[in-house]
Amino acid sequence: MVKINGQSLEAAGRNLLEVVRELEFKDNSYVIEYNLEILKKEFYDKTTLKDGDVVEVVSFMGGG
Amino acid sequence: MNKEDKLVLGGREFNSRFILGSGKYNLELIKAAVENAGAEIITLAVRRANTKDSENIMDYVPENVTLLPNTSGARDASEAVRIAHLSRELGGGDFVKVEIMKDSKYLLPDNNETIKATEILAKEGFVVLPYMYPDLYAARELENVGAAAVMPLASPIGSNRGLATKDFIQILIDEIDLPIIVDAGIGKPSEACAAMEMGASAIMCNTAIATAKDIPMMATAFKNAIEAGRSAYLAGLGRVLTRGSESMDPLTGFLRD
Repeated sequence: MVKINGQSLEAAGRNLLEVVRELEFKDNSYVIEYNLEILKKEFYDKTTLKDGDVVEVVSFMGGG
Repeated sequence: MNKEDKLVLGGREFNSRFILGSGKYNLELIKAAVENAGAEIITLAVRRANTKDSENIMDYVPENVTLLPNTSGARDASEAVRIAHLSRELGGGDFVKVEIMKDSKYLLPDNNETIKATEILAKEGFVVLPYMYPDLYAARELENVGAAAVMPLASPIGSNRGLATKDFIQILIDEIDLPIIVDAGIGKPSEACAAMEMGASAIMCNTAIATAKDIPMMATAFKNAIEAGRSAYLAGLGRVLTRGSESMDPLTGFLRD
Protein backbone atom coordinates (compact mmCIF):
# COMPACT_ATOMS: atom_id res chain seq x y z
CA MET A 1 0.00 0.00 0.00
CA VAL A 2 1.09 3.54 -0.80
CA LYS A 3 -0.34 6.65 0.85
CA ILE A 4 -1.01 9.58 -1.46
CA ASN A 5 -2.43 12.69 0.20
CA GLY A 6 -3.63 10.57 3.08
CA GLN A 7 -5.39 8.05 0.87
CA SER A 8 -4.17 4.42 0.76
CA LEU A 9 -3.77 3.05 -2.77
CA GLU A 10 -2.63 -0.27 -4.21
CA ALA A 11 0.14 1.36 -6.17
CA ALA A 12 3.33 -0.40 -5.09
CA GLY A 13 5.49 -1.24 -8.11
CA ARG A 14 3.92 1.46 -10.26
CA ASN A 15 5.41 4.63 -11.70
CA LEU A 16 4.80 7.72 -9.54
CA LEU A 17 3.99 10.08 -12.40
CA GLU A 18 1.46 7.67 -13.90
CA VAL A 19 -0.34 7.27 -10.59
CA VAL A 20 -0.40 11.01 -9.94
CA ARG A 21 -1.75 11.63 -13.47
CA GLU A 22 -4.52 9.10 -12.89
CA LEU A 23 -5.61 11.05 -9.83
CA GLU A 24 -6.28 13.96 -12.22
CA PHE A 25 -4.61 16.89 -10.52
CA LYS A 26 -5.81 19.59 -12.84
CA ASP A 27 -2.55 21.29 -13.70
CA ASN A 28 1.07 20.54 -13.01
CA SER A 29 1.64 23.42 -10.60
CA TYR A 30 1.92 20.97 -7.72
CA VAL A 31 5.04 19.85 -5.91
CA ILE A 32 5.55 16.29 -4.73
CA GLU A 33 7.00 15.33 -1.40
CA TYR A 34 8.14 11.71 -1.44
CA ASN A 35 8.79 10.16 1.99
CA LEU A 36 9.28 13.67 3.44
CA GLU A 37 11.80 14.72 0.76
CA ILE A 38 10.89 17.19 -1.97
CA LEU A 39 11.16 15.40 -5.28
CA LYS A 40 12.47 17.33 -8.27
CA LYS A 41 10.15 17.17 -11.30
CA GLU A 42 12.65 15.24 -13.40
CA PHE A 43 12.38 12.33 -10.95
CA TYR A 44 8.58 11.99 -11.09
CA ASP A 45 8.67 9.50 -13.95
CA LYS A 46 11.83 7.81 -12.69
CA THR A 47 10.33 6.86 -9.34
CA THR A 48 8.80 3.44 -8.76
CA LEU A 49 6.47 3.36 -5.77
CA LYS A 50 7.08 0.77 -3.11
CA ASP A 51 5.10 -0.54 -0.19
CA GLY A 52 4.87 1.97 2.68
CA ASP A 53 5.74 5.04 0.59
CA VAL A 54 4.12 8.30 1.70
CA VAL A 55 3.48 10.82 -1.06
CA GLU A 56 2.14 14.35 -0.61
CA VAL A 57 1.04 16.34 -3.64
CA VAL A 58 0.69 19.98 -2.63
CA SER A 59 -0.09 23.31 -4.24
CA PHE A 60 -0.92 26.88 -3.26
CA MET A 61 -4.41 27.77 -2.07
CA GLY A 62 -5.94 30.96 -0.73
CA GLY A 63 -4.80 31.72 2.80
CA GLY A 64 -4.22 34.47 5.30
CA MET B 1 1.73 60.00 0.90
CA ASN B 2 5.46 60.70 0.96
CA LYS B 3 7.06 58.73 -1.87
CA GLU B 4 10.13 58.08 0.28
CA ASP B 5 8.08 56.42 3.00
CA LYS B 6 8.77 52.78 2.18
CA LEU B 7 8.11 49.56 4.03
CA VAL B 8 11.37 47.57 3.93
CA LEU B 9 11.25 43.82 4.41
CA GLY B 10 14.32 41.69 3.85
CA GLY B 11 15.96 44.53 1.92
CA ARG B 12 13.01 44.86 -0.46
CA GLU B 13 11.03 48.11 -0.58
CA PHE B 14 7.26 48.38 -0.72
CA ASN B 15 5.06 51.44 -1.14
CA SER B 16 1.95 49.74 0.18
CA ARG B 17 1.52 48.97 3.86
CA PHE B 18 -1.44 46.67 3.31
CA ILE B 19 -0.70 42.95 3.15
CA LEU B 20 -3.71 41.18 1.75
CA GLY B 21 -4.83 37.64 2.54
CA SER B 22 -6.30 35.44 -0.18
CA GLY B 23 -8.27 32.98 1.94
CA LYS B 24 -12.00 32.38 2.06
CA TYR B 25 -13.04 34.19 -1.09
CA ASN B 26 -13.64 33.54 -4.71
CA LEU B 27 -10.45 33.45 -6.76
CA GLU B 28 -12.18 35.61 -9.38
CA LEU B 29 -12.17 38.49 -6.89
CA ILE B 30 -8.49 38.34 -5.97
CA LYS B 31 -7.34 40.60 -8.79
CA ALA B 32 -9.92 43.29 -7.98
CA ALA B 33 -9.13 43.05 -4.26
CA VAL B 34 -5.37 43.37 -4.88
CA GLU B 35 -5.90 46.33 -7.20
CA ASN B 36 -8.32 48.15 -4.90
CA ALA B 37 -6.12 47.45 -1.88
CA GLY B 38 -3.06 48.69 -3.76
CA ALA B 39 -1.45 45.63 -2.16
CA GLU B 40 2.06 44.61 -3.17
CA ILE B 41 2.17 41.52 -0.96
CA ILE B 42 -0.39 38.73 -0.81
CA THR B 43 -0.45 35.71 1.48
CA LEU B 44 -1.07 32.16 0.33
CA ALA B 45 -1.31 28.78 2.01
CA VAL B 46 0.19 25.42 1.03
CA ARG B 47 -2.30 22.57 1.02
CA ARG B 48 -2.79 19.11 -0.41
CA ALA B 49 -3.62 19.59 -4.08
CA ASN B 50 -7.24 19.06 -5.08
CA THR B 51 -8.10 16.67 -7.82
CA LYS B 52 -10.35 17.28 -10.82
CA ASP B 53 -12.06 20.60 -10.09
CA SER B 54 -9.14 22.52 -8.63
CA GLU B 55 -8.14 25.92 -9.93
CA ASN B 56 -4.66 27.31 -9.61
CA ILE B 57 -4.63 30.43 -7.46
CA MET B 58 -1.38 31.51 -9.13
CA ASP B 59 -3.37 32.22 -12.31
CA TYR B 60 -5.33 34.88 -10.41
CA VAL B 61 -2.54 36.69 -8.58
CA PRO B 62 -1.23 39.72 -10.52
CA GLU B 63 2.39 39.20 -11.57
CA ASN B 64 4.01 42.17 -9.84
CA VAL B 65 2.73 41.10 -6.42
CA THR B 66 5.17 39.57 -3.93
CA LEU B 67 3.97 36.24 -2.57
CA LEU B 68 4.00 35.63 1.16
CA PRO B 69 3.27 31.93 1.66
CA ASN B 70 2.29 30.99 5.20
CA THR B 71 2.98 27.82 7.14
CA SER B 72 -0.56 27.43 8.44
CA GLY B 73 -1.35 23.89 9.45
CA ALA B 74 2.08 23.53 11.09
CA ARG B 75 1.92 22.39 14.72
CA ASP B 76 5.62 22.71 15.46
CA ALA B 77 8.82 24.20 14.06
CA SER B 78 9.77 21.18 11.97
CA GLU B 79 6.40 21.16 10.20
CA ALA B 80 6.69 24.89 9.52
CA VAL B 81 10.14 24.39 8.00
CA ARG B 82 8.78 21.55 5.87
CA ILE B 83 5.95 23.74 4.57
CA ALA B 84 8.35 26.63 3.89
CA HIS B 85 10.51 24.34 1.76
CA LEU B 86 7.46 23.18 -0.20
CA SER B 87 6.30 26.75 -0.74
CA ARG B 88 9.69 27.76 -2.11
CA GLU B 89 9.62 24.76 -4.45
CA LEU B 90 6.14 25.83 -5.60
CA GLY B 91 7.59 29.14 -6.75
CA GLY B 92 6.62 31.10 -3.66
CA GLY B 93 9.97 32.89 -3.50
CA ASP B 94 11.95 33.49 -0.32
CA PHE B 95 9.32 35.25 1.80
CA VAL B 96 7.56 33.15 4.41
CA LYS B 97 5.04 33.93 7.12
CA VAL B 98 5.73 31.48 9.93
CA GLU B 99 2.46 30.49 11.53
CA ILE B 100 2.48 27.67 14.09
CA MET B 101 -0.57 26.69 16.10
CA LYS B 102 -0.89 23.77 18.45
CA ASP B 103 -4.28 24.77 19.67
CA SER B 104 -7.17 24.31 17.27
CA LYS B 105 -9.83 26.00 19.39
CA TYR B 106 -8.38 29.48 19.75
CA LEU B 107 -5.80 29.18 16.93
CA LEU B 108 -3.22 31.02 19.01
CA PRO B 109 0.35 31.04 17.71
CA ASP B 110 2.98 29.09 19.66
CA ASN B 111 5.73 31.65 20.22
CA ASN B 112 8.39 29.12 21.29
CA GLU B 113 8.04 26.96 18.19
CA THR B 114 7.78 30.12 16.08
CA ILE B 115 11.16 31.31 17.37
CA LYS B 116 12.73 27.93 16.53
CA ALA B 117 11.33 27.88 12.99
CA THR B 118 12.28 31.52 12.40
CA GLU B 119 15.88 30.81 13.38
CA ILE B 120 16.15 27.81 11.03
CA LEU B 121 14.51 29.53 8.07
CA ALA B 122 16.37 32.83 8.48
CA LYS B 123 19.66 30.91 8.44
CA GLU B 124 18.55 29.23 5.22
CA GLY B 125 18.06 32.65 3.63
CA PHE B 126 14.29 33.06 3.91
CA VAL B 127 12.81 36.47 4.65
CA VAL B 128 10.87 35.38 7.72
CA LEU B 129 7.77 37.19 8.96
CA PRO B 130 6.59 35.38 12.08
CA TYR B 131 2.98 35.55 13.24
CA MET B 132 3.10 35.75 17.02
CA TYR B 133 1.33 36.49 20.26
CA PRO B 134 2.40 40.03 21.24
CA ASP B 135 4.93 39.21 23.93
CA LEU B 136 7.97 41.47 24.32
CA TYR B 137 10.44 38.70 25.20
CA ALA B 138 9.33 36.52 22.29
CA ALA B 139 9.57 39.51 19.92
CA ARG B 140 13.12 40.21 21.15
CA GLU B 141 14.06 36.59 20.50
CA LEU B 142 12.55 36.75 17.02
CA GLU B 143 14.63 39.85 16.35
CA ASN B 144 17.77 38.07 17.64
CA VAL B 145 17.25 34.99 15.46
CA GLY B 146 16.81 36.96 12.24
CA ALA B 147 13.13 37.77 11.69
CA ALA B 148 12.54 40.44 9.03
CA ALA B 149 9.48 41.76 10.91
CA VAL B 150 7.15 40.57 13.63
CA MET B 151 3.44 40.04 13.11
CA PRO B 152 1.55 40.29 16.41
CA LEU B 153 -2.11 39.34 16.49
CA ALA B 154 -4.73 41.98 17.25
CA SER B 155 -7.36 39.45 18.34
CA PRO B 156 -8.11 35.78 17.59
CA ILE B 157 -7.63 34.91 13.95
CA GLY B 158 -10.70 35.32 11.77
CA SER B 159 -12.67 36.97 14.59
CA ASN B 160 -12.96 40.56 13.29
CA ARG B 161 -12.84 41.66 16.94
CA GLY B 162 -10.23 44.37 16.47
CA LEU B 163 -7.33 45.59 18.58
CA ALA B 164 -7.81 43.48 21.72
CA THR B 165 -4.03 43.40 22.31
CA LYS B 166 -3.52 47.10 21.60
CA ASP B 167 -1.40 47.94 24.68
CA PHE B 168 0.95 45.02 24.06
CA ILE B 169 1.35 45.80 20.37
CA GLN B 170 2.29 49.35 21.40
CA ILE B 171 5.08 47.91 23.58
CA LEU B 172 6.44 46.02 20.56
CA ILE B 173 6.25 49.14 18.39
CA ASP B 174 8.14 51.11 21.05
CA GLU B 175 10.77 48.49 21.86
CA ILE B 176 11.45 46.31 18.81
CA ASP B 177 13.66 47.60 16.04
CA LEU B 178 11.83 45.74 13.27
CA PRO B 179 8.68 46.51 11.30
CA ILE B 180 5.62 45.57 13.37
CA ILE B 181 2.89 44.23 11.11
CA VAL B 182 -0.44 43.86 12.86
CA ASP B 183 -2.00 40.59 11.76
CA ALA B 184 -5.21 38.73 12.61
CA GLY B 185 -8.43 40.00 14.08
CA ILE B 186 -8.56 43.45 12.49
CA GLY B 187 -12.23 43.71 11.49
CA LYS B 188 -12.80 47.32 10.48
CA PRO B 189 -10.90 49.97 8.55
CA SER B 190 -11.03 52.20 11.67
CA GLU B 191 -9.08 49.53 13.59
CA ALA B 192 -6.47 49.30 10.85
CA CYS B 193 -6.21 53.08 10.94
CA ALA B 194 -5.82 53.06 14.74
CA ALA B 195 -3.00 50.50 14.55
CA MET B 196 -1.21 52.60 11.94
CA GLU B 197 -1.63 55.74 14.07
CA MET B 198 0.10 53.83 16.89
CA GLY B 199 3.12 53.35 14.65
CA ALA B 200 2.54 49.91 13.22
CA SER B 201 4.47 49.47 9.96
CA ALA B 202 1.75 47.60 8.10
CA ILE B 203 -1.53 45.72 8.41
CA MET B 204 -2.24 42.18 7.31
CA CYS B 205 -5.89 41.53 6.73
CA ASN B 206 -7.96 38.72 5.25
CA THR B 207 -11.23 37.88 7.01
CA ALA B 208 -12.48 41.47 7.27
CA ILE B 209 -12.26 41.71 3.50
CA ALA B 210 -13.37 38.15 2.72
CA THR B 211 -16.51 38.41 4.86
CA ALA B 212 -17.55 41.88 3.67
CA LYS B 213 -20.59 42.17 1.42
CA ASP B 214 -18.54 43.92 -1.27
CA ILE B 215 -15.00 42.57 -1.21
CA PRO B 216 -13.30 44.98 -3.65
CA MET B 217 -14.99 47.98 -2.03
CA MET B 218 -13.87 46.90 1.43
CA ALA B 219 -10.33 46.52 0.08
CA THR B 220 -10.50 50.18 -0.99
CA ALA B 221 -11.80 51.20 2.44
CA PHE B 222 -8.90 49.45 4.16
CA LYS B 223 -6.37 50.98 1.79
CA ASN B 224 -7.65 54.47 2.60
CA ALA B 225 -7.73 53.77 6.34
CA ILE B 226 -4.17 52.41 6.39
CA GLU B 227 -2.88 55.40 4.43
CA ALA B 228 -4.73 57.81 6.73
CA GLY B 229 -3.31 56.12 9.81
CA ARG B 230 0.22 56.20 8.40
CA SER B 231 -0.07 59.90 7.54
CA ALA B 232 -1.38 60.63 11.02
CA TYR B 233 1.52 58.76 12.59
CA LEU B 234 4.07 60.59 10.45
CA ALA B 235 2.34 63.91 11.14
CA GLY B 236 2.52 63.27 14.89
CA LEU B 237 -0.81 63.18 16.69
CA GLY B 238 -1.93 66.30 18.52
CA ARG B 239 -1.66 66.21 22.30
CA VAL B 240 -4.52 65.14 24.55
CA LEU B 241 -5.49 67.32 27.50
CA THR B 242 -6.07 65.22 30.60
CA ARG B 243 -8.37 67.89 32.02
CA GLY B 244 -9.90 71.22 31.10
CA SER B 245 -10.06 72.70 27.64
CA GLU B 246 -8.22 75.16 25.45
CA SER B 247 -9.82 77.52 22.96
CA MET B 248 -8.61 77.39 19.39
CA ASP B 249 -9.97 80.88 18.83
CA PRO B 250 -8.24 84.16 19.60
CA LEU B 251 -9.61 85.66 22.80
CA THR B 252 -11.86 88.39 21.51
CA GLY B 253 -12.79 90.52 24.45
CA PHE B 254 -14.77 93.18 22.57
CA LEU B 255 -18.15 91.64 23.32
CA ARG B 256 -17.65 92.17 27.04
CA ASP B 257 -15.40 95.24 27.40
